[in-house]
Amino acid sequence: MNHVIIDRTAKHVVIICASASFVILGAIFIFTLREGLPAFQQIGFINFLFGTEWRPGQEMFGILPMGLGSLLVTLGAMVFAIPIGLACAILLAEIAPYRIRQFLRPTVELLVGIPSVVYGLVGLMLIVPTVRQIGGTGFSILAASLVLMAMVLPTIISISEDSLRAVPKGYKEAALAMGANQWQMIWHVQIPAARSGIVAGIVLGMGRAIGETMAMIMVIGNAVVIPDSPLSPGRTLTGNIAVEIMYAAGLHRDALFATGVILFLVILVLNTLATIALRRGIRTQGVA
Amino acid sequence: MSPKIAQRIAKVFIWGGGAITVAILLGIILYILIQGVPVLSLDFLITPPRGGLTGEGGISTAIIGTLYILGVTLAIVIGPGIGAGIYLAEYARNNRFTQIIRYAVGILAGVPSIVFGLFGFTLFVTALRFNFSILSGALSLVCLLLPTLIRTTEEALKTVPRSYREAALATGASKWQTIRHVVLPAAMPGIVTGIILCAGRVVEETACLYVTMGGSAAMPKSILSGGRTLSLHLFYLAMETRAFDKAMGTGAVLIIIIIVINTLTNWLSHRFQVKMRGG
Repeated sequence: MNHVIIDRTAKHVVIICASASFVILGAIFIFTLREGLPAFQQIGFINFLFGTEWRPGQEMFGILPMGLGSLLVTLGAMVFAIPIGLACAILLAEIAPYRIRQFLRPTVELLVGIPSVVYGLVGLMLIVPTVRQIGGTGFSILAASLVLMAMVLPTIISISEDSLRAVPKGYKEAALAMGANQWQMIWHVQIPAARSGIVAGIVLGMGRAIGETMAMIMVIGNAVVIPDSPLSPGRTLTGNIAVEIMYAAGLHRDALFATGVILFLVILVLNTLATIALRRGIRTQGVA
Repeated sequence: MSPKIAQRIAKVFIWGGGAITVAILLGIILYILIQGVPVLSLDFLITPPRGGLTGEGGISTAIIGTLYILGVTLAIVIGPGIGAGIYLAEYARNNRFTQIIRYAVGILAGVPSIVFGLFGFTLFVTALRFNFSILSGALSLVCLLLPTLIRTTEEALKTVPRSYREAALATGASKWQTIRHVVLPAAMPGIVTGIILCAGRVVEETACLYVTMGGSAAMPKSILSGGRTLSLHLFYLAMETRAFDKAMGTGAVLIIIIIVINTLTNWLSHRFQVKMRGG
């Protein structure tokens, strides 16, 4: 066969491959929206989002308890994960000697690889009983936050480390030349310069946290209540879908798909924000 | 506070952050291995789970289920994933189309596993009537893994020095010949690393399969039978039968698989980097 024809065919084939991700993204949105739309229409967008009662038996579908559950475990996880993750990122980017970095980086990568059910199992066996000592059954927002913290750490660490590393050498040398010590340089120069990337890492970590499902089911107790303390049980949006979709029918099923649409939109917003932050980070550093 | 003392306090916090991260990882791995390894035996690996509410038996069908899902998913995802990676690294101009594709890949990478599950549930399980099956699970996973493979392929291709392409084009090779015979072989270790990374994600993924694969404990007969992977099996053991010893055993198998996969990818990508630097 003629090379020109092969070349042209190959180009078309890879273009089709590249389009696949766009087509799949569109299909996911359209399919979940199509299934979820009746729920938005019959329940009403506001009633659905802010309704406090989720009782499928009585046709009451308000996802506020689960929305708050997702929000609280995510914020809880962030409270722990941001300081630990940032500290670890600074260690990796600036402080640790070569040998320790060579050990620490695979550690962080391994944390990504551990299956979420294993996190859930450890949470179930170790964290839930520990939280029970403080009060309640142990199946709680607090236990879920602690499990989630471990799961989002790698995201925050690796993206923050990359952006700390990307700060131009000239910035750091200028600060040191003016007599700043290493910590003053990190705190007053490097972290502000890497701010956009650090924010992107945190936002992407939040996205991961909101999307986590199985580990949350295992430690949060799955009760449909509005959580009133860190020791209170709860349920996440993702957990609600996973627990009920297998037997749901009619409007109940539609409401679960509508929950999927909401999750999809939340992730869309978070990832777009992170992309913008990262792009801005590259631009500011490019000027230097 | 003097700058010196501030720096000392800061460093305590920074090292503390690193220490906590290591402690979390080691804690999880050691805990699962110490509890789980005593459960492991050849019998445990080759006996099917009894099913039902007993939690008795081994994990043989879950191992077979994992291998099935792994094979089908990788067989489908490799073509389009590498193709799209080639497009982004070799053909993409900075135009609207490329921007849209990059944006789509980024968003797709962040979509929660359970949403892929919902999608698979309506499209593959219900609309296309594949029912709860290995095929439905694998197709949902393909959508989930595509961004990972595209990104790793693109990065591997971009590591190949320009001079390779220029040399090939200068000898009269066409663009595709250059990619096929020069760039792809040079980037192969990097691409293989990406594929192994995907294999790891197949092993760890649960939520997406929970709603598309059915979770049957029986031995799968074909890709249209239901089944369960090791991760799913662990979930059922811990949540439904409360057979925690067996759950720990399954967890230990998972941890060992993940450690092997991680070591393999680290070794491969290290070799790849050394090679591309001309070392």
